[in-house]
Amino acid sequence: MIFLSNLVNGISLGSIYAIIALGYTMVYGIAKMLNFAHGDVIMIGAYIAFCALQYWNVPPLLALLIAMAFCTLLGITIEGLAYRPLRQATSLAVLITAIGMSYLLQNLALLIWGANPKNFPSSMIQIPAISLFGEQLRISGVTLVTILANIVIMILLTSFTMHTKLGKAMRCVSEDRGAAELMGINVNQTISATFAIGSALAAIAGILLCSAYPTLMPTTGSMPGIKAFTAAVFGGIGSIPGAMLGGVLLGVIEILGKAYISTELGDAIVFAVLIIVLLVKPTGLLGKPQREKV
Amino acid sequence: MNSKKRKLIYNAVTFGIVILAFLLCNIFYSDMSRSLRGQLIPICCWIVMAVSLNLVIGISGELSLGHAGFMSIGAFSGIVVSGWLLNGFQMENEILRLIIAIAAGAVIAGIAGVLIGIPVLRLRGDYLAIVTLAFGEIIRNVLNCVYVSADGASLNFGFIDPNLPGTLLLNGPNGAVGVKKIATFTAGFILIIITLIVVLNLINSRTGRAIMATRDNRIAAESVGINVTKYKMIAFVTSAALAGMAGALYGLNYSTLVPAKFKFDQSINVLVFVVLGGIGNTLGSIISATVLTILPELLRSFSNYRMLIYAVLLILMMLLTNTPAAKAFFINLQGHWKKKALRKSIEAEQGKGGTQS
Repeated sequence: MIFLSNLVNGISLGSIYAIIALGYTMVYGIAKMLNFAHGDVIMIGAYIAFCALQYWNVPPLLALLIAMAFCTLLGITIEGLAYRPLRQATSLAVLITAIGMSYLLQNLALLIWGANPKNFPSSMIQIPAISLFGEQLRISGVTLVTILANIVIMILLTSFTMHTKLGKAMRCVSEDRGAAELMGINVNQTISATFAIGSALAAIAGILLCSAYPTLMPTTGSMPGIKAFTAAVFGGIGSIPGAMLGGVLLGVIEILGKAYISTELGDAIVFAVLIIVLLVKPTGLLGKPQREKV
Repeated sequence: MNSKKRKLIYNAVTFGIVILAFLLCNIFYSDMSRSLRGQLIPICCWIVMAVSLNLVIGISGELSLGHAGFMSIGAFSGIVVSGWLLNGFQMENEILRLIIAIAAGAVIAGIAGVLIGIPVLRLRGDYLAIVTLAFGEIIRNVLNCVYVSADGASLNFGFIDPNLPGTLLLNGPNGAVGVKKIATFTAGFILIIITLIVVLNLINSRTGRAIMATRDNRIAAESVGINVTKYKMIAFVTSAALAGMAGALYGLNYSTLVPAKFKFDQSINVLVFVVLGGIGNTLGSIISATVLTILPELLRSFSNYRMLIYAVLLILMMLLTNTPAAKAFFINLQGHWKKKALRKSIEAEQGKGGTQS
């Protein structure tokens, strides 16, 4: 039973990683850049939701919408101001800009909300815990909501990229930017839309993360950000189902590793698994193999 | 000017600037503020880190995000060796202890470089970057669980288990406490000179040219018989060993040091030095490492806003040096200067012609 409970917790944590990893993987697939500021967008989203609940006393669903709207705007602004001018630049230049953006967001949060950790209100998710197998397995409401949210987002996002015009445009741009432009797709708008979707998902992930682990600081987003990025690579960067699979697996490995191998070495185990997977399958679990042309 | 001569001048200028800076620092030492004086040794360490990372990124063309990991290995092995020599062998000579500690840091970090390089260098591009990041995090996580104590002349190692006989030199997540500070600015200067000799000689050697060939075109390099893995490995391990040296000096400059000090952010900081200094440009790395280490200190009067300003400056600098519009502006400016210089030389020629006739 303890194993099952650990497994459920792992899937829940993994679902949060998966939602964050979606943002990384979509942006990487379409703009070929590592958006290091993504983890900090999560943190900003959580802070906005915190303010909405604590100071403005709005209902939880509205707080979620406010946070999502704010993060969407933030994502579009960051992309337009910092990344769009660097479309032709080397990938390292873009990487450094993204790192600068990450510092900027963290320090803005530090100035606005201070360095003291905030306690994220538990009123965000008010769903009672359920018990299975006669009180032996208790699953908290937050865990349930997280796993459900992950499944819903997965379904919506897959059907969005498969069937809508914008989703198809996104896949085109990630396949071949030049050819997409020739077919009359507005590349800049498509990339903006990707950032918007990724950032809105980041807001959701931030709220779920802080509901499960309620300390909120300006650096809250950085470690989950790195882990989620690892998850995206793990599953094959650029692939949406890959990000989901990678995220969930990573969460399960982390929780089970911490429970059964060593608490101190939890993170090391996660990264070691990533390295082993990449050595066996260099493009990740669901990544497309790259062919080398001479 | 042929390329050999140009390289010679570039190297001479690099060494000259470092030596001049060292002399100036010594002359004006009494005029420096306390905080600036405290920054001197860390600046030396960060310069060595930046130059060594530049070897991997600029010369070998691989993006490494785990450089701070090697630094932490060097730092903690340096601290352990120095503490062991003092406790176990009563070696009071600080200079000798510092030299042995730095050498130990370099060797152990170099060995770690070999062990990590074997799997990492099989990967390419962003995957290689993420794996180096992962290794950096693993090193930090493992160091959090390592306990070392010196009991007389014997060293005891413990993993997760802190119950060891003798004086504890490394205390898991609490790191090293009560380290004898033996790092000196002169040692830092000598370290920079050693690093420059190693790196500049490597770049201008047959090996260096082979490394750059693998960077520019892997397949072409392979087809002329260059063993790509071997040369990438040489660059990676040299860089790791140099980072280990810098780490040992850095560790022996503080009385306490925790593994959490070498988080992923530190690797990123060094990467920023390299990119802002110009990828593949050693002198650029030195200058940007110095300026960017001092900058947050200079911005101290803005207190809360300093990291914000740093971030904005970072973004603006990248935008200014990389957008097409800014690039065109700089090229125009250069063209303008060149035209002026050309006109001047023509006028001078004409003037000469005039006097002759």
